[in-house]
Amino acid sequence: MTIVGMTGDEAVAFAVKQSKVDIVAAYPITPQTIMVERFSKYVADGEVQTEYVCVESEHSALSACVGASLTGARVFTATASQGLALMHEMLYIASGLRCPIVMGVANRALSAPINIHGDHSDMMGSRDSGWVQIYVENAQEAYDWTIQAFKLAEDGEVQLPVSVNLDGFILSHLLEGVDVLEDEAVSRFLQLRKPLFTIDPDKPITVGALCLPDYYFEFKRQQVEAMQNVPRVLGSVNKEYGSITGRDYGVLETFGMEDAEAAILCLGSTAGTARTVARKLREQGKKVGVIKLWLYRPFPTGDIIAASKRLKALAVLDKAVSFGAPYGALCSDVVSALHTQLERPQVFNVVYGLGGRDIEPSDVEFVFEEALRTSETGVVKEPVVFLGVRE
Amino acid sequence: MKPEEKKPGWKSLPMGAAVLEPGSSLKYKTGDWRAFRPVVDKGKCVNCLLCWIYCPDSAIVRGEKCVEVNYDYCKGCGICAAECPTKPKAITMVEEQK
Repeated sequence: MTIVGMTGDEAVAFAVKQSKVDIVAAYPITPQTIMVERFSKYVADGEVQTEYVCVESEHSALSACVGASLTGARVFTATASQGLALMHEMLYIASGLRCPIVMGVANRALSAPINIHGDHSDMMGSRDSGWVQIYVENAQEAYDWTIQAFKLAEDGEVQLPVSVNLDGFILSHLLEGVDVLEDEAVSRFLQLRKPLFTIDPDKPITVGALCLPDYYFEFKRQQVEAMQNVPRVLGSVNKEYGSITGRDYGVLETFGMEDAEAAILCLGSTAGTARTVARKLREQGKKVGVIKLWLYRPFPTGDIIAASKRLKALAVLDKAVSFGAPYGALCSDVVSALHTQLERPQVFNVVYGLGGRDIEPSDVEFVFEEALRTSETGVVKEPVVFLGVRE
Repeated sequence: MKPEEKKPGWKSLPMGAAVLEPGSSLKYKTGDWRAFRPVVDKGKCVNCLLCWIYCPDSAIVRGEKCVEVNYDYCKGCGICAAECPTKPKAITMVEEQK
């Protein structure tokens, strides 16, 4: 066991280094910068064989990644916020051309007003782009999921791009101890990418051809299928990774859900705070629990139904706002997932942390108390709570 | 127009819309895009080949005495009829009937 002190960004860069990536094309943006800064140092120092392509924008970064991925290369990029917004057009091209690119995203609020701090509005705005989305809780998870992301993305049944999301600053810049693998162990786990097609002058192919109403729909259906394959493939990826690290991953992680009556469902670093508060409340005899999603796309509908079977109330925490929608994106998905169940918890939405506003244990405790009150009365007082916003 | 041929489903198509057969664009017939079809009056055609030069889809076929139209690929843009110099025109556009 080797523990190394790393920030979340550094943990991603180190995982990418060990994943023997052929091409990195990226553009620096706060709070993702350290990922590409650290990786470019590995390149400059000759520690990796990777070709680092300096580009003039995020749109070009992902365009270069798509081209590189289509040649059969293992490809990584990273971005945040406005950079992801600028990539938006290319996100769909990467998934539509079935490029298994892995992207680190240090989640950050979108302008305007300009703000560099962490919330999930960047990636939530890209949730229908055909990318697998993973959210991590700490630097260890950032490292572990980045390595696993390559294996998932490049699987023959998947062949989709994967984003590994870490909360801007809270995770991207926080120094933590990370238990890292030996280089050889990562190489054995990942092996070489086996691309769908190869570049061969004797057997030319066309990619990115025009596809009209008579064919386009079929290719979208293929992408739906690939997304549906993700949980099954992820299961075997997690199992194999667990066998070499002893760390168990899955589509979600629960705490206290065996007997919880009220729970919080959230993504990323907030789960740590929620777990700490839940532990305290459980010591007081309050039946509370936490559901943390690692996988947000594809949405683990069945697992959420199973995890919330005994629940009476569920507070879904959205670190992004979906203007004009009934709930934040995550809560809308949870409500959709549960609506087929005859017995389901009362769900309410908590929008929090926009522009990086801190969520304190006392805030989480307020949400748990509200969920407990809902579980007792069976009535949702306020469908969407804007936590900690000044009137 | 020809009856629609049976097209492959999503399960058998190559992933990512890749075209694995080189030079296969000839198999993609664009003739059914037409709303109007160019019709050549063989008696009026002087075989000047202006239509052959201007056709953006190479759908004009050269002949000994006059041109013909390859309706598999002609999209019915009407450039051939517009450029046809004879008076009255040897190429006229006729509405497609179902």
